[in-house]
Amino acid sequence: MDQDHTEALVGAVRRAIETRQPLRAHGHGSKAFYGNPRAGEALHITGHRGVLSYEPGDLVITARAGTPLAEIDAVLAAQGQMLGFEPPQFGGRGTLGGAIAAGLSGPRRPWAGAARDFVLGVRAINGRGESVRYGGETIKNVAGYDLARLYAGSLGAFGVLLEASLRVLPVPETELTLVLEPADPLQAMIDWQRRPWPLSGLCVDDGRVCLRLSGTADGVNAARQQIGGEELPAGAAFWQALRNLELPFFAGDAPLWRVSLPPATPPLDLPGDWLLDWGGAQRWLRSPAPPAQVWAKAAAAHGHATLMRGGDRSGGVFQPVSAAQAAIERRLRAELDLDGVFGGGRAAR
Amino acid sequence: MHVTESRTADHAGLLAALRRVLPADGLLTAEAERRVYECDALSNYRALPLAVALPETVQQVQALLRLCKEHGVPVVPRGAGTGLSAGALPRTDGILLSMTRFDRILEIDPDNRIARVQPGVRNLAVSEAAAPHGLFYAPDPSSQFASSIGGNIAENSGGVHCVKYGLTTHNLLEVTLVTMDGDLLTLGSGGLDGPGYDLLALVTGSEGMLGVVVEARLKLLPLPESIVLLQAAFPDLERAGRAVMDIVAAGVVPAGLEMMDQVAIEVVEGYIQMGLPVDAAALLLCELDGATAEVEAQLERVQALMRACGGYDLRLARDADERTRLWAGRKGAFPAMGRVSPDFYIVDATVPRRHLSGILRRIGELAEEYGQRVATAFHAGDGNLHPLILYDGGVPEQVERTEKLASRILDECLAVGGTITGEHGIGAEKIDKACRQFADPVLEDYFAVKRAFDPSGLLNPGKAIPTLTRCAELRGSHVHHGHLPHPELDRF
Repeated sequence: MDQDHTEALVGAVRRAIETRQPLRAHGHGSKAFYGNPRAGEALHITGHRGVLSYEPGDLVITARAGTPLAEIDAVLAAQGQMLGFEPPQFGGRGTLGGAIAAGLSGPRRPWAGAARDFVLGVRAINGRGESVRYGGETIKNVAGYDLARLYAGSLGAFGVLLEASLRVLPVPETELTLVLEPADPLQAMIDWQRRPWPLSGLCVDDGRVCLRLSGTADGVNAARQQIGGEELPAGAAFWQALRNLELPFFAGDAPLWRVSLPPATPPLDLPGDWLLDWGGAQRWLRSPAPPAQVWAKAAAAHGHATLMRGGDRSGGVFQPVSAAQAAIERRLRAELDLDGVFGGGRAAR
Repeated sequence: MHVTESRTADHAGLLAALRRVLPADGLLTAEAERRVYECDALSNYRALPLAVALPETVQQVQALLRLCKEHGVPVVPRGAGTGLSAGALPRTDGILLSMTRFDRILEIDPDNRIARVQPGVRNLAVSEAAAPHGLFYAPDPSSQFASSIGGNIAENSGGVHCVKYGLTTHNLLEVTLVTMDGDLLTLGSGGLDGPGYDLLALVTGSEGMLGVVVEARLKLLPLPESIVLLQAAFPDLERAGRAVMDIVAAGVVPAGLEMMDQVAIEVVEGYIQMGLPVDAAALLLCELDGATAEVEAQLERVQALMRACGGYDLRLARDADERTRLWAGRKGAFPAMGRVSPDFYIVDATVPRRHLSGILRRIGELAEEYGQRVATAFHAGDGNLHPLILYDGGVPEQVERTEKLASRILDECLAVGGTITGEHGIGAEKIDKACRQFADPVLEDYFAVKRAFDPSGLLNPGKAIPTLTRCAELRGSHVHHGHLPHPELDRF
């Protein structure tokens, strides 16, 4: 199955640069709903696939961008390891390139780190049609500007990802999910997060707190004794459904917002239903509220909001950035995407 | 090394204007006062700045940068000056911008587990302020007692604990910077991610070349319930390296995993007589932290793995005093070298962990080839090596051999997929070596980043990112059929 399509992809980008034809890197299309709508000729990356190197003792895997996440998960699981940021796999699909370009992270994010935190290096086709490598394979590396992390979450604005080197984590020996119904779920989450427990998931859905513990059997059991609550037998399936936005909360057509906030922020005064993830730092909102209202409330709470799915997307889906940041972003795109072929519009205006 | 630049700008005019915007005692121009700032902790690179500015407010920093831009005068930002790669090396034609007066912890927010600080705050002071709330700030460079948060952000500092808790980049939520244009730019947010592209990642570790940090929000973590430190001796480097790989592959993420080689053990033992096994080829120190039950279970596993790899003379420290005693060996390695050698040169490089034993063996061979003694004490968990080359600065041949040997070691690390700096930065020190690591197209993209943030190129110029011209000269060109790579560049 392993195939190196570097040459063909570089050729396609060079042709696009010559003709100034915008491109749109396309994997499995599992996240096609995400980001600002944009045109561009589809550049298929799924053929460019395969794990290039993996050494369990190094906790690092390098694979081509088109490699299905399912394949990477299987390779890692065989050695008792995993992608620590739990990338969402909408519809059970997705490629490594798509996971990094989208930069989305699952429920483990506050304790393990985000997609960008696991990126050690990338190889990409830059705005001059050259295959370049930023970063490396080592956890400690302070040489050069961190363009590899800039690629995470940029939705392909700066180049076409060819491969990525990611730090991986050991699969915890034991994992269990507790369900609790504290009087004040948000306060309970704040308190628990200040304790040195092996937390790996903390969310509030419909007034019910789901708490995941990951670690050694002894460590998880000791924390469980202190926390109390009932064990959720289908815990793994619950977190999987949360990660992929497949819980009942996410069903239906109401616009879905992702609101990123300081975790202890009191409930925002916005109409709609809430599901709190990441111990309160990532909040999902189903709401008909106009985007400007959601963005204003999020900004006032020192956070930001993204219209994740549905709703009126014509005015952009991402929180507008400050004028100073917008100016730098424009210059950066003009400098790195000289002919505008990567069309940064999907991630920014 | 002394750095000189031509002085053509209207320096007198600039200094007069700076006096009007800075506090009365905020501009140092007397030579004796400027001398204090002529180098950072890498003291063999020195240059006397035109003047030293000590602003106290964000507005003063903005005004200073605008004035310098107007006059076309470079600015070198500086934190506590503990950097080890001459990243804060001044320019004789530029202003040295010291941020030490920005020394306030603005807020500890225990519910959100955030510290909001000014850049001049010392790293350790953050953890000290957070401790009463049961929290701490994870990045812990060896210089944490003295180094400042602003400098840590500029260098993307890590430390012993970054194998588990990451570098500064993993623990930074938001920064507010002043750009060379004098604009205020806030990146990140109070949450776990920020809006827009991840410019926070670009700024972290950019060696003060993209903006001057004036405020930061740092992530705080719960203090672990239990910390243990295990030390084991190994009969050869291969088995010690194997133990490092096995511990990690077994699913244990230690809080710290450090190694010392035989030369380092012997020198340290001679220095502090703590009963280290001087016959051992390597000493491994493994720190575990977390909830007590978690730590106990991991400890059992690590002890078994170390023994299975031939580890012997296992010593365990369970309380803070015992830990301090065991750490004294590793932490005493650098000062101990000063006792047996007039000078030593610290190399900072990283290799993928699987290459650790091979690189250590190769360093031993190279040490022999160059006739210089090399001790190695390093962060094994991250593959971050610190070979210490012992030499006598009074003997010119030794200085030359040391530089060549250091260069060879870096080449070996690059050859196995490593990097020329794991934690010290490139600064002015490794600017030439950076030509080896970065291909020209990558350098072009770095210049593009620099232009986007600092089109005038006046912020800490000459650090971190080498020019193509410099690289063309240093790499040595293989001319094939008369075709010179990059014929457009001025050479030699």
